[in-house]
Amino acid sequence: MSYEPVIGIEVHVELATESKMFCGCDVSFGSPPNTNVCPVCLGLPGALPVANRRAIESIMAIGLAFNCEVSSRSVFHRKNYFYADLPKNYQISQFDIPVCHDGYLDVVVDGETRRIGIERAHMEEDTGKSTHIGEGGRIHSAETTLLDFNRSGVPLVEIVSKPDIRSAAESRAYAQSLRSIVAELGVSDARLEEGSIRFDANVSVRPTGAEEFGTKVEVKNMNSFRSLERAVDFEIRRQIDLLESGGTVVQETRHWDEEADVTHSMRTKEGSSDYRYFTEPDLVPMVMGADWVDQVRSTLPELPSERRRRYVGLGLDDDLAGVLSDADVALREIFDESVAAGATPKPAALWLTGEVTAWLRREEKDSSSLELDGSTLAELIAIVDEGVVSASAAKEVLEGVLEGEGSPREVAESRDLVQISDTSALESVVADVLASNPEAVESYRSGEQKVVGFLVGQVMRATQGKADPKMVNELLRTALSA
Amino acid sequence: MPVEIDIAHVARLARLKLDDQDLETYREQLGVILDHAAKVQSLEGEPQVESAHPLGLENVYREDKKRPSLDRDEVLSQAPEARDGYFVVPPALESGE
Repeated sequence: MSYEPVIGIEVHVELATESKMFCGCDVSFGSPPNTNVCPVCLGLPGALPVANRRAIESIMAIGLAFNCEVSSRSVFHRKNYFYADLPKNYQISQFDIPVCHDGYLDVVVDGETRRIGIERAHMEEDTGKSTHIGEGGRIHSAETTLLDFNRSGVPLVEIVSKPDIRSAAESRAYAQSLRSIVAELGVSDARLEEGSIRFDANVSVRPTGAEEFGTKVEVKNMNSFRSLERAVDFEIRRQIDLLESGGTVVQETRHWDEEADVTHSMRTKEGSSDYRYFTEPDLVPMVMGADWVDQVRSTLPELPSERRRRYVGLGLDDDLAGVLSDADVALREIFDESVAAGATPKPAALWLTGEVTAWLRREEKDSSSLELDGSTLAELIAIVDEGVVSASAAKEVLEGVLEGEGSPREVAESRDLVQISDTSALESVVADVLASNPEAVESYRSGEQKVVGFLVGQVMRATQGKADPKMVNELLRTALSA
Repeated sequence: MPVEIDIAHVARLARLKLDDQDLETYREQLGVILDHAAKVQSLEGEPQVESAHPLGLENVYREDKKRPSLDRDEVLSQAPEARDGYFVVPPALESGE
């Protein structure tokens, strides 16, 4: 029997506010343990939370960027459960009226655009951080747990997708585009390695063609896009194997073990009713009027889908527009500057997504450290158009520019890459080549036209590739027909 | 009694170890409370105010400004056990979140 995976992804995004969600403690990452804490985020009795306005505006921006509706009215709920990193024994979260709901994100997988629905984006607070210590440092053999509450109360947005994802590769593509949009909005550092963006996957499988969903398993602890993809892939295969061998999938939470490349069962998942959600009486309702929503909307940067349309309008084909639209912000800025400086958009986009990106990868450098501005790129394109350098020599010119050797014209000079466009200089090289290849000349005259290719090669070799091949071709034909 | 309560489940969620006699006592007491809540719920008409927010306030926010936190030594001095700036608690095998 063949099976279809059904996947939903939950993303937790820590907001890059100055202070925590419900108190004035610093949110900066990496402070000594328990130095950014107060009665509110330690859950001391009687402490009263007050919501951070900027956090609310950030979640509205996230919702708008993912085409969500912003609720006109929204409230906080208490989610009750016992765990040592949650000092109040409840997390302030949202239940039935999240700030944002019903959006979508278009994701490109293997050249195909897939629309992934977004169920909701709600506001909550992060928990403290626990470190389990003991034999082997593994969670199962922990002897004691250390708690740091610096992270407790950091504003957290949870973005829940609809179960629209159908493969491990799509899961990864969704997570990557979501991260890049959140980073672009500037509402989060969105750093996976610091845990400021985290992914959980709900995975189930069902016989192909079935309407009903299979039993879902929540997979946690993926700290890179790669591990997300591998964990989902593993979980799909595990569930299919289980069903094929006559077993049943148990609804549970599983932990991705990066080293062993498998998921382990953590606990049987509590049902929603076990969290005993109820309205948070210490926080008043939020009312998001049209004025406020419009004001937040006006602060949004250009989003990838809009940008893509703009690039197509500049004459890029859809694929190239998509690749450039997903490129780093530094590369996109260079593109816009170069077009403003008069460069033709298509070659500018091709240089940036091709050679420049390849160079960055080769040198293991970050695009933000690029020594390239838009007018320099425009100059590079211009000297190719003018025939000053050949298309292949231009790659070497670019390398020189990126290595800080000067402007494209300067590098072309200093690396001796300027094409010989002086006709008389080329004519004498052509004459030399003809003189030293009498057999080739003979075959040409007896009708073997294709021997010209060989002669062009000889001229190019004699000029170390600096001749303009088109001009060489013309000069050769003129000389041979003389 | 109109409301059936799985009292053992409620006790487990609250991490309470109760013997059979206690369970019976609490089942009865909680039943009376839920019974009363059911009566309130059955009242006719729309409630005039949201019961969780009777003051009618909305959109009360603080500006995103840092304020000084507490002194760590003072904070940790309240804890039964502390080490190297951390609170120390017994190990937990199940993660809540």
